[in-house]
Amino acid sequence: MRILIVEDDREAATYLVKALKEAGHVAEHAADGESGAHMVTTGAYDVVVMDRMLPKRDGLSIVQEMRGRGDATPVLVLSALGQVDDRVDGLRAGGDDYLTKPYAFTELLARVEALARRTRPGEVETTYRVGDLLLDRLSHTVTRAGEDVPLQPREFRLLEYLMKNAGQVVTRTMLLENVWDYHFDPQTNVIDVHMSRLRSKIDKGQERPLLHTVRGAGYMVRETPK
Amino acid sequence: MSDEPARERFSALRRLFRTTAVRLSAIYIVVFTVFSLFLVVAVTHEAARVVDRQLVEAIAVEVDTLLDDYRDGGLVRLVTTLDERARRPDAGLFYVVDPNGNPVAGNVAELPLQAVIEDDDEPHRLAYSRFEDGREARHVALVRSFTLENGFHVLVGRDIGERERFRSVFRKAFRWIAGAMVVLAGLTWWFLARRVLKRIDQVSEASRRIVAGDLSGRLPVSGSGDEFDRLAVSLNDMLAKIGELMKGLKEVSDNIAHDLKTPLTRLRNRLEAALAEPEDADGHRRALEAAIEESDGLIRTFDALLMIARVEAGSSLATADEVDLAEIAREVGELYEPVAEDAGVALSVEAEGSVKLVGVRELLAQALVNLVDNALKHGRSEGREAKVTISVGREGDRAVLSVADAGPGVPEADRTRVLDRFTRLEASRNAPGSGLGLALVAAVARHHRGTIELSDAAPGLMVTIRLPTA
Repeated sequence: MRILIVEDDREAATYLVKALKEAGHVAEHAADGESGAHMVTTGAYDVVVMDRMLPKRDGLSIVQEMRGRGDATPVLVLSALGQVDDRVDGLRAGGDDYLTKPYAFTELLARVEALARRTRPGEVETTYRVGDLLLDRLSHTVTRAGEDVPLQPREFRLLEYLMKNAGQVVTRTMLLENVWDYHFDPQTNVIDVHMSRLRSKIDKGQERPLLHTVRGAGYMVRETPK
Repeated sequence: MSDEPARERFSALRRLFRTTAVRLSAIYIVVFTVFSLFLVVAVTHEAARVVDRQLVEAIAVEVDTLLDDYRDGGLVRLVTTLDERARRPDAGLFYVVDPNGNPVAGNVAELPLQAVIEDDDEPHRLAYSRFEDGREARHVALVRSFTLENGFHVLVGRDIGERERFRSVFRKAFRWIAGAMVVLAGLTWWFLARRVLKRIDQVSEASRRIVAGDLSGRLPVSGSGDEFDRLAVSLNDMLAKIGELMKGLKEVSDNIAHDLKTPLTRLRNRLEAALAEPEDADGHRRALEAAIEESDGLIRTFDALLMIARVEAGSSLATADEVDLAEIAREVGELYEPVAEDAGVALSVEAEGSVKLVGVRELLAQALVNLVDNALKHGRSEGREAKVTISVGREGDRAVLSVADAGPGVPEADRTRVLDRFTRLEASRNAPGSGLGLALVAAVARHHRGTIELSDAAPGLMVTIRLPTA
């Protein structure tokens, strides 16, 4: 995956480029708004990571310009401003996701990968399948190895989001944002408790677990290799 | 150097002239002087005109009477009448000469002959002399001459000395009054300006002291209730408010210094200790993980502080929308239900139907999450069943959200204090938390123009938030 990082802090940018490369991606860096705006026009990137406050040009104006000319490349907006209003501004300008500084690299990576997935062309899927786990979005049913798994509505949405991003790391904050629509950090790790409940319903008594905890990052639904 | 005091005096004078009071009174003096000058000139002029007309009329009547007398009784009758008239106290002047210019009768000492011999249609001014107390006195009169049929010339006139005196009295009075007016205005001007300047100087002096850092200073209030007092009182109120804010800010920065520096110190010590240890990949890894955890905690504290500041500044109101408080309560209840169950706490939600109000869903949810979090952490007591109840209802036009636990509660004396930033009661010093949870709840309540109240849930603590629904 080709990723453009528009970020004026050189140290942070260098670290990001290096870490993204280690994660198997191709990353390029623009150090100010003007060169960032120029580089996005080449259209050669799968995801753009855009800092909001940049020298020479404001990051959000670049995103607006991209959307104005029909460029749908997913953009992750980075900002030190993290309040409700700032997030709304960022998304309204055409950003696809919003991440507040300081962030953990695992969080950024998970979000960038989720964004890249989102744009893959194809019709809306009505069922998700991972191994012998099947989720039907229309009938709201989940079966594991053909057996019905009764889930609460929220548990269903949790599993739905995880399966939509199957094979990818999903962080706790991504789950809070996408399943509960909360953009703050509850001090208690409520997500872990919900996940362990879901896990007991999906994986309990199964030979090959599908819900995995990724240490220091989050969760992942994936078929365990034989 | 010798002209230094003079220059100083000059600059003081210039300062005086620059004051509004002085400028206004200067304009006032000029306008008033011009107006009264006009008034005096107009009045004297008009009065003189009236007097003149009266004189002219009197002379005309006299001439007519004399001509009648002459026609009725000849020269003898005319002279008799003139003599008679001349003896009256308000007598005018008259003079009769024969055709050769020899005086026949009159009450005038000396007169240019020419003025008597030539006939006039209109009265005119004439300087003459007359006897007064045995002396000759110069006078000015308005006179008219005419010739009788027998060739005798008659001059009739009225003295206009009265009129001239009247004029000069007016002029003199005006000069005195104008002079007195200027002096008086100047004095008033001086005292007024000095008073104003003195008050302004006092205010400037006080504000300089305040700017220099003495926020307890106040502007002087004389107690006279004038405009300066009113201004000083409002400025003092403002200063009091600023002082209050500054005190709050100082408290907050002291707290930040303490509550952020403590974990920073811990972080630094840990890294230093790891560095001092012999090369040990495992040990280093543990130290780094602990450091990341510590910095995450710091970021959380920092975020919470920023959030409180932003909420208190009211800048999130832009995203306010119609929200259902009951639904928020049910959602948060659902989010925390597994956590409570794991912790062995019975969490129940009493929120039926919908309770709508205009607010920020995210903030209200976070406030409720903080309350539930607190209740789960601190709301348990030995020997009591641990339970937390979230309830939403209405009280008139207010939406009421409350969270009650069965813990030790908060002593009445501490109930206001726990709403402040970084307050952590001794009893819970060792429990995790930043001491910012309730401060944010209070800020969110204020942001929605609501109130927050801590009360005794008998047993336990009940936190109630009341928010206006309209």
